[in-house]
Amino acid sequence: MTEQGVRWTAEQVLALAPDAASRTAGSKLGTAGPWSEAGSGEGTVWGLCKGSGSRPYQTVVDLAGPAYTCSCPSRKFPCKHALGLLLLWAGGDGAVPVSADPPDWAEPWLAGRRKRAEGEPGQGKGGSAAGPADPEAARRRAERRAERVTAGATELEQRLADLLRGGLAAAEQAGYGAWDETAARMVDAQAPGLAARVRELGAIPGSGAGWPARLLEECALLHLLDQGWLRRAALPDALAATVRSRLGLPAPADGPPLRDRWLVLAQYDTADAKLTTRRIWLYGAESGGTRLLLSYGAAGRAPELSLPVGLALDAELSGHPGAGRARAALGERFAPPAPAGFRPPGVSTAEAAARYGDALRDDPWLESVPVTLERVIPVPDGETWQLADAGTDTALPLTRAARSRPGLWRLVALSGGTPVTVFGECGHHGFTPLTAWTPGTNEAVPLC
Amino acid sequence: MNGTPITPTPTTRTGAAPAESWEDLVTAALLGTDRRPWATAQPGREAPLALLDAAAVATVRRRAGLRPARAARRPEPTPEDPRPALPAAAARRLAALLADRSGAAGGGRRGSAPDLMELLPQWLAAATAHGYAAPPQALPALLDAARGRTDLRPAALAFAGPRALWLARLNPDWRFALRAAPGGGATLPGADDTEAVERLWQEGLFAERVALLGGLRAERPAVARELLASSWAKERAEDRLMFLDALRTGLAAEDEPFLEQALGDRSRNVRATAAELLSALPDSALAARMAVRAAACVALDRTAPVPAIVVEPPLQCDSSMERDGVVATPPAGRGERSWWLGQLAEAAPLGTWPERLGGRTAREIVALPVADGWQGELHAAWCRAAVRQRDTAWSRALLGSPSAPEAGGPGAVSLAERAKLLAALEPVERAAWVAGFIATHGLSEAFQLLGVCAVPWAAPLGRSVVDALNIARDAGSYPWSFSGVMGLAERCLDPAEAGRLEALLAIPDEREDAAPGAGGYWAEAFQRLVTTLRLRAEMARELAPAGTTRGPSRNEPPAQLPDAAA
Repeated sequence: MTEQGVRWTAEQVLALAPDAASRTAGSKLGTAGPWSEAGSGEGTVWGLCKGSGSRPYQTVVDLAGPAYTCSCPSRKFPCKHALGLLLLWAGGDGAVPVSADPPDWAEPWLAGRRKRAEGEPGQGKGGSAAGPADPEAARRRAERRAERVTAGATELEQRLADLLRGGLAAAEQAGYGAWDETAARMVDAQAPGLAARVRELGAIPGSGAGWPARLLEECALLHLLDQGWLRRAALPDALAATVRSRLGLPAPADGPPLRDRWLVLAQYDTADAKLTTRRIWLYGAESGGTRLLLSYGAAGRAPELSLPVGLALDAELSGHPGAGRARAALGERFAPPAPAGFRPPGVSTAEAAARYGDALRDDPWLESVPVTLERVIPVPDGETWQLADAGTDTALPLTRAARSRPGLWRLVALSGGTPVTVFGECGHHGFTPLTAWTPGTNEAVPLC
Repeated sequence: MNGTPITPTPTTRTGAAPAESWEDLVTAALLGTDRRPWATAQPGREAPLALLDAAAVATVRRRAGLRPARAARRPEPTPEDPRPALPAAAARRLAALLADRSGAAGGGRRGSAPDLMELLPQWLAAATAHGYAAPPQALPALLDAARGRTDLRPAALAFAGPRALWLARLNPDWRFALRAAPGGGATLPGADDTEAVERLWQEGLFAERVALLGGLRAERPAVARELLASSWAKERAEDRLMFLDALRTGLAAEDEPFLEQALGDRSRNVRATAAELLSALPDSALAARMAVRAAACVALDRTAPVPAIVVEPPLQCDSSMERDGVVATPPAGRGERSWWLGQLAEAAPLGTWPERLGGRTAREIVALPVADGWQGELHAAWCRAAVRQRDTAWSRALLGSPSAPEAGGPGAVSLAERAKLLAALEPVERAAWVAGFIATHGLSEAFQLLGVCAVPWAAPLGRSVVDALNIARDAGSYPWSFSGVMGLAERCLDPAEAGRLEALLAIPDEREDAAPGAGGYWAEAFQRLVTTLRLRAEMARELAPAGTTRGPSRNEPPAQLPDAAA
């Protein structure tokens, strides 16, 4: 079988690198020189890489994960050897020939993965169907937690009331400390969603022109969330589920699995001191829906899940509960990611803004919605940029974050003043471009 | 929370309109409900909570009602780039080469992996030679790379094409591209568009005018000269000097009247440059005057038992010599008379000498002994003349035999001068000379000479470099003593040589007198060399237009890589 059709591009491989240093080190290893016994087949790639020691490193990649193993001591994931091997394979010049059987040293790990993969769906379904071992104990735990969250929300309402009684103007002098303390109390109350919002509140006073309005907006939405929780019994189920997830209460992905060819629209990381959060947007070829996968890594380490932008994977996704929310969990995967050959249909800037407005009906705390803009042109607008419809005189401003990223210039270069298709997040801050396509090609150009 | 909001909808409120506007809510919140009592719509609701209720409704309402903004003025679309797109594999390679830019270096040992950034110039040159267009999404990284490395700019900008200049007008970080590009980013008028040429020459910025003159000179030398002459008297001295420099391109006998006139310029630097240009025209009047002066100083000693040259340097530097560009005052530490002699001999046409010295050829003249220690001065001047007049026969004669003992050590002709002389020879002869030099004198002095050889190195040259490296390894020294030559070899050795290096990859048994660990480091250095050569072959193959090369070409490694067509 020829693998030409399913090879990835170097960009897609390099996008998997956990950091710039790995990218550099990996690309240096993407040449035939240090490799021997390299081969590929059945969605796996393997090879021996000569390092500084006498024994070469054994590197194996399962493309379906993608998952990696390597006998090198690196704790990066994937390591430079796995990246180099994938680059060599992506080069497609025969340096990694298609072979019937993986060598002995690669076989045990691959076999282990296959076994687990076969076990997984059963396990997953069994887990949610059978429920925890002791349903009564679980119910009591959930009740106790609900009580603590209620206490936290009540306390927070008090704090917000005090703030509004004394006036926001006083908040500028009050400083960070009080909010940090309140955030810590929300962590104790096991409401991480409230804690995160409270921490952000603390950063708003004095944050530039218009801060009182922004502070009032965020206080009001926090208040709305508190009220949503305190009166959750009166809410429709879907909205109650949204409130729970906004508060950060765990909810397993219990939606029915949906099998589709999922195009990887974008993948990007945000990091704070403790956690790296990876967001992966997927678009279903058949279902037409856009879904979000989240993956986490401890401080300084890349999250494990990584999907190359522009490829499509044949897999099942299950939705998390919550109205109008796109978050899903990746279920069974049926084939490794392969070139997609399609892209999502797009809308105009006006439709994109309307879509965000509609989505707020189901989730008023939503910052943005994923949307693909069709035939837009990046246009400089004073100090800022906007995406203007090619045909009408309407435009969406880019968010401040998007303006400071190198991806902005890739987008501008790609467009050259002519219409392109752009996928990104559209919300009340403006539009954040994440991926672009030029007319006449389905090649996705990542912008993040 | 600092983003630019989209335009809020003016007023599309439906149902029970809230009594307060958003501004009222913000004002109330700023002051606090204790100071400004808040009327609650809901009896029993605390005032601050009622205010938050209203603000929550207003916030969601505001966000849900956002509408797109009005489009700003669109930029002019970038001019069409008619060049064909890169083959997919080459586009991937470019991304990898540019991705290497950020990290790399880091000091210390280089390991066995190729230095991709060093291969970028070669890749750019090849891609440009094939006539490909740059992938648009690669332009920002390409411009950033060119911004950091001035040596990369001409190749990067040529490959980047018109879209890069379009981008540079939008991003101040890339302004250099506009300066470096001909005409400051505006397209240069063609030589036939007299009116546009005239206008740009009259009104353009200095850089634009230099670019215009340079471009015109390459195409229509006479037109460029006439343009310069038209405004010559009005130009500032520094500008005159720069403009005059443009005449180096396509210098011909027709330029003589203009240059002769510039010999009388107010600026000494302009005069010197004019004289230098005239002396590069062997038939010019200035060259003839210099020939007379130089010939008067150099003669054949007919009284000696073997023929020899006697030198009688000038006794004074008169005003006519000064007008012809001779600098009267020598630099500190040099005698006046030898300083004048050097300048005369340098500016005199080399054709003067055979006639003056008994009908001898250049080679015979160079072989003649020179009396009273004047040989160094005279030969050095002839070297400068040979370089300036691009004289192959004299260059060859002055270079001498590469295996001569003085070629590698202190001789009349320095290594730097030899490197310049080599440039006058055909690439094959040049490579053969350097190969011979390395075979006799080793690598330690060869770096400068290798730098002027054509890439990829001709087979004999490549072999002598590899042999010399091998000898250095066997001698037990460390490879980093040769890191300069090694780096050059990675970039310049013909990839076809990769196969011949196989034998050098093993770690040799350590000899007792060898530097500790050197064997391993050598193996690593050779590994990197081979890997780099393979990579270069691969890069060349990726750039070949589809369907042109199926079988192995000269630039490909012999075997090793399986045939892609299989």
